[in-house]
Amino acid sequence: MQIYLPIAEVSVNAFLLLGLGGMVGILSGMFGVGGGFLMTPLLFFIGIPPAVAVATEANQIVASSFSGVLAHFKRKTVDLRMGVVLLIGGLIGAALGVVLFNYLKAQGQVDLLVRLCYVVFLGVIGGLMFIESLNAIRKTAKGGAVPKRKKHNWIHKLPFKMRFRVSGLYISVIPPLLVGLCVGVLAAIMGVGGGFIMVPAMIYLLGMPTKVVVGTSLFQIIFVTAFTTMLHATTNYTVDVVLAVLLLLGGVIGAQIGTRIGVRMKAEQLRILLAMMVLAVCGKLAFDLLVMPSELFSLGAAGGH
Amino acid sequence: MRVLFAIILLLLPAAVSSEEVVLGLSQDEVAITTNFNGSEIFIFGAVKRESPIPDGELGVIVTIAGPSVPVTVRRKERRFGIWVNTDGVEIEAAPSYYAVATSAAFDEVLSIRENLRHKVSVPSMIQSIGTPTSVIDASAYVNALIRIREGSGNFQLLEGQVVVDSETLFRTRIELPAALTEGAYQTRIYLTREGEVISEYETSIDVHKVGLERWLYNLSREQPVIYGLMSLAIAIFAGWGASAAFSLLRN
Repeated sequence: MQIYLPIAEVSVNAFLLLGLGGMVGILSGMFGVGGGFLMTPLLFFIGIPPAVAVATEANQIVASSFSGVLAHFKRKTVDLRMGVVLLIGGLIGAALGVVLFNYLKAQGQVDLLVRLCYVVFLGVIGGLMFIESLNAIRKTAKGGAVPKRKKHNWIHKLPFKMRFRVSGLYISVIPPLLVGLCVGVLAAIMGVGGGFIMVPAMIYLLGMPTKVVVGTSLFQIIFVTAFTTMLHATTNYTVDVVLAVLLLLGGVIGAQIGTRIGVRMKAEQLRILLAMMVLAVCGKLAFDLLVMPSELFSLGAAGGH
Repeated sequence: MRVLFAIILLLLPAAVSSEEVVLGLSQDEVAITTNFNGSEIFIFGAVKRESPIPDGELGVIVTIAGPSVPVTVRRKERRFGIWVNTDGVEIEAAPSYYAVATSAAFDEVLSIRENLRHKVSVPSMIQSIGTPTSVIDASAYVNALIRIREGSGNFQLLEGQVVVDSETLFRTRIELPAALTEGAYQTRIYLTREGEVISEYETSIDVHKVGLERWLYNLSREQPVIYGLMSLAIAIFAGWGASAAFSLLRN
């Protein structure tokens, strides 16, 4: 069944979108990731204009994170104070990101920026995850102990300290602000929630306890992606609500199935699978950038002003 | 597909030529609905004449042109090992859709001079003005535009697709792709003899989004803040609703 997307102005098969949503949903349920970083490149591959894909994906992430954060609020695993600090950084970052996005759109370079960001981030994250989970598998095979992380580092020497009761931390607000800022820029440019950057940063850089990390990052992601959606909707007119809803319906159902598959698998195996998937998407994007395109010319809306 | 036999227009005998077009269209509007997947327009008509059939082969040309908008054509070049957009040429006016159907090979039906005068063929439809000085070969960009739009079915040259019966009746089918721009699609019919235009006729087909598609599109352009808030609300509600429904099913 073909469906005409009013904002993207292309006709796409509705079941393909539901299927894509479902597939990414299964993966996000299995691995506990948002899935934006997989969905946005997949939307490029099926012919959705990158500007629409990024803006719509931001909209979808708001919705898919919403029920997650409600569950975390119930379990009291959200550090609101930390969340707000991250959020302030995130809003500034998102605004900067959209300004950069619109500038490059006018220059005709926005496709390149989005694709390059994806290649770099997916490559780095996928590579690190792959190595780390390989090591973990080797260690469990040998039966070695997991090394403990250090409690004190250079982070604790920065000024403007603040007490975060829920996380049990007394640290400077500068690192969380910066983490939030980076995630905000990424949300605006790449159409991702940024959980895959924020969660490791919160654990290893800020030293937050693991149990509050996911809830707090979801809290920040919801507001930053909502803000990004509004910015894209008002400056670029690229949020396609029909596309978002179709992806979402598939995604929610997929996530439920994925969660159940995830429970049955070992953490290391899951991570190595995810790492390989991330590297595959990265490889396809890099291949498209490196190989001489069959058509050297492309069409775009004139001016951009 | 609904086929509306909407109008059969009679041309007033104002022209001096002895042969004139009487035209029918299968539909004078195309509605882009949610499940819109392209459309086909059936154009038919007759040649009205008061004198005997003149000498020379009768040619019929039918063109449909979508609304013209400025387009930027960009070229990729290899920089630091990757392919990036470098130069761009802005083409002042290029139709988003253009189809030419003829009753025989294009250069048999229409002479070069008449083509330039009436701007019938695809390249003559596109006017390029104001190309940047850094770009030497502007025609390469125009050719690229034509090539890309031909590839996507937005530019079509349908030689010999107009069927002419006994020098009087003619008919053709022209396909409109799924990705259409809204607007008035100018439709022209030319009658030619020996490559010279002897009669022309113009009408337009209205292409527009209807229903939900139209409403969403207009809202996103006219009230972007409300549209953005609505998108967020709908998405949150749909996401929350779907997961609530799923957990109800499970229990």
